[in-house]
Amino acid sequence: MAVNNLPADHAPVSFLQDIALKLRRHMVAMARRQGAGYIAQGLGIADVLAALYFHELRYDPQDPGWAGRDRFVLSTGHYSIALWAALAEVGVIPLAELDSYGADDSRLDMSTLDTTPGVEMIGGSLGHGIGQAVGMALGLRLQGSAGRVFVELSDGEMQEGAVWEGAMAGAHFGLDTLVALIDCNGIQADGALVLDMEPVAAKWRAFGWETAEIDGNDMAQVVNALHGARSRSGRPKAIVLRTRPGKGIATLEARERAHFVRVDMAEWDDLARELEAAHG
Amino acid sequence: MVERGRTLAMGQDEATGSRATVEAPFGHALAAVARARPNIVGLTADLGKYTDILPFRDAHPERFFNVGMAEQNLIAVAAGLARTGHVAFATTYGVFATRRAYDFIAIACAHSRLNVKIIAGLPGLTTGYGGTHQAIEDTGLMRLIPGLVVIDPCDATEIAQATAALAEYDGPAYMRLLRGNVPVVLDPQRYRFRIGVAAEIRDGSDVGIVSTGLMTERALDAAEILQRQGVGAGILHVSTLKPFDADAVAAFASRFELIVTAENHVVSGGLASLVAEALFERGIGRRLLRIGLPDRFIACGSVATLQDRHGLTATRVAEAIMAARAMEG
Repeated sequence: MAVNNLPADHAPVSFLQDIALKLRRHMVAMARRQGAGYIAQGLGIADVLAALYFHELRYDPQDPGWAGRDRFVLSTGHYSIALWAALAEVGVIPLAELDSYGADDSRLDMSTLDTTPGVEMIGGSLGHGIGQAVGMALGLRLQGSAGRVFVELSDGEMQEGAVWEGAMAGAHFGLDTLVALIDCNGIQADGALVLDMEPVAAKWRAFGWETAEIDGNDMAQVVNALHGARSRSGRPKAIVLRTRPGKGIATLEARERAHFVRVDMAEWDDLARELEAAHG
Repeated sequence: MVERGRTLAMGQDEATGSRATVEAPFGHALAAVARARPNIVGLTADLGKYTDILPFRDAHPERFFNVGMAEQNLIAVAAGLARTGHVAFATTYGVFATRRAYDFIAIACAHSRLNVKIIAGLPGLTTGYGGTHQAIEDTGLMRLIPGLVVIDPCDATEIAQATAALAEYDGPAYMRLLRGNVPVVLDPQRYRFRIGVAAEIRDGSDVGIVSTGLMTERALDAAEILQRQGVGAGILHVSTLKPFDADAVAAFASRFELIVTAENHVVSGGLASLVAEALFERGIGRRLLRIGLPDRFIACGSVATLQDRHGLTATRVAEAIMAARAMEG
């Protein structure tokens, strides 16, 4: 059932970089149709999603409900633009359906609903992912399943107290098949992080998680960190991802107000060109 | 000198009269039903002892998880377990489930229609610990959440049967818990609990009482007092508040001039409101006497004193009904 679950030293980094570029192209096209979207966050997390869906996760795109699959829980439901791109590129949903992002009656909403195939949890209310991921990992362990659980959450989201309730529980129950992917992009709804969340890695270590801190937009580092998180050490894993909102499009990377991006229709061609140019 | 009551431990026995009791009916029922159902799991948030789930823990320790004092996480972890095919029974006090974890119940459980069953201790006025522990508005809050089943059982018989029914039912639910030594009010040989179905448990033609939760026991005792005064009281026991058996309530209420609702809860948002909605919607106009708690936080004290003070005892229920009949002329 494994898709591309190769050892790290065989990881096709350049292949995954190409996938990440494809995901970014999808996102630009989706946001362009809407004229707006949470594209900055999506571009920032694209490398991690490419590594997960095309390298690390064991799952079957033809059978997204396969009981033995690895789960990827996107706790920040507003990053849906990135998840839709990944699910389409991997074949869980049709590529053509990306056109419907954010449209009335679409399955591809601005915030994730778990009625869409491939979505493990309803997003939207921040702070829900880690606790549900703890429950999933407990449930899979009870069933003797080899399935692992990856949960993405963000730096701003860690201001929700429920995140730390889940962090305590994950360590207490010794869930070494649980991996938290903490997207630290430095932004939240009101702008730059309104509370200082640093030192993020030290917080997770203090809560009992094996913690790595990497550049979340460096594919080799992402693949290495995911490989390191495979160990069955009796402790859950946290990977602190330093990501850049708008990654891959210089104009968006430079924006100060990046939480919800609006772009004039005339500018989209320029942004698309910047994306291609950055990839060289 | 008048004997003064005292505030006792957080959770007290519900038994107040001469009825036989069953110890921890919820925990024993859950342990029993879980023997045939390996996908049942139990969780609590540091209130295992006080929510009667320890018989389940002792019978199935590998399926029991205590997440500590973290009610949001209690519900989230239960939801995650449900997402991997488990039926999760999560216990805490009603105040903490509803006031601290509302968003998690609404979104993580109800929105996704997950198999999470929230078992909520200290409903209404069953503790003398005051407003922090008395869940006086919980069924009102819970019944507003789309798709959530809400049950307020009346005794040990119903708790045991409802626990089995919830294990069978595919979807999220909130059930109030009577804990400790719980009286047997309904005959386990004859009563059959079904989700969403009201039961007429006493005949009478002078006044119609619609009751839920422990107030059904009080209503039955009040009916005996009324009988001695020549007043026949019929009782419709509505343990499922959602989905609400509005047709049964309407059919029952049409037979009486005076309808009485009796609930261990504030008199708005819960049973009384549901009855009023059901009758009005069907064009049935009846005088409604709402017995229950007032729109304010309740003091600390002994449960017996507080229940008497707020009209939840059988004697006070009978008095209120006689007074309402007198006003009717």
